[in-house]
Amino acid sequence: MSYKFHQFQVVGRGLPTESDEHPKIYRMKLWATNEVRAKSKFWYFLRKLKKVKKSNGQMLAINEIFEKNPTTIKNYGIWLRYQSRTGYHNMYKEYRDTTLNGGIEQMYTEMASRHRVRHHCIQVIKTATIPAKLCKRESTKQFHNSKIKFPLVFKKVRPPTRKLKTTYKASRPNLFV
Amino acid sequence: MPFKRYVEIGRIALVNYGKDYGKLVVIVDVIDQNRALVDAPDMVRGQMNFKRLTLTDIKIDIKRVPNKKTLIAALEAADVKNKWESSSWGRKLIVQKKRASLNDFDRFKIMLAKIKKAGVVRQELAKLKKETTA
Repeated sequence: MSYKFHQFQVVGRGLPTESDEHPKIYRMKLWATNEVRAKSKFWYFLRKLKKVKKSNGQMLAINEIFEKNPTTIKNYGIWLRYQSRTGYHNMYKEYRDTTLNGGIEQMYTEMASRHRVRHHCIQVIKTATIPAKLCKRESTKQFHNSKIKFPLVFKKVRPPTRKLKTTYKASRPNLFV
Repeated sequence: MPFKRYVEIGRIALVNYGKDYGKLVVIVDVIDQNRALVDAPDMVRGQMNFKRLTLTDIKIDIKRVPNKKTLIAALEAADVKNKWESSSWGRKLIVQKKRASLNDFDRFKIMLAKIKKAGVVRQELAKLKKETTA
């Protein structure tokens, strides 16, 4: 599964000066499509928090963070701040996925579809893996059932490879399971 | 028309699209409305969209997300492989695979066998016709 958004750990600090020989080192975890964008995002956020810019700072490390257990399902809670047409709002969203990157990607696509918010207007404040008891949204809680059972109501028969796709078919499809 | 095949933990499904086409996998957990966590003895446990799966009639008894050893043991206990290969759907797939992997000599042998079989059938039919007219 290739994800568009990767999680990076970016570490940087201001350049040492005569008055401050050992400036404080700051570390951020953020989501970006590539390393270059991650570094740029790091300076953007750091500028808002401390009096330091890319021109008088240095990047110490940037590493990609990979999912530790991509074979288990987790409930992710994502706190975000986004810009709508009328102003800034905070939001809390929950997603069920195997990896955090997958959950973040779901968040970006859902914000784009439900609220027409493009990805550069979204800032992820915090993410957490939520245990099943503390989930708030019904749409994630309905899957917390160890005896889950539902039928697949609508079966669309697809050709097994895209090469075998044809524009016209001889008969109408049978969509019943 | 009530539904007979449900998505549930332990349901065996056939992959009908993508890299793992033709494999039998077990639904080990449900992620959300469109995706399931799926496992098979020869692949890493991963997620799959329901659009890529066709449910079968076979279901095994497992708990939510078993580890690989328990899963393989449960598959052996329920004898999934034999049940699948003796079911009409399973047999059809085996025949399809065999037909696709024939070489020219095999096709020649099949042609001779078909001609022989048709000859025997026609003889029997001629005998029955004679009995009804006579």
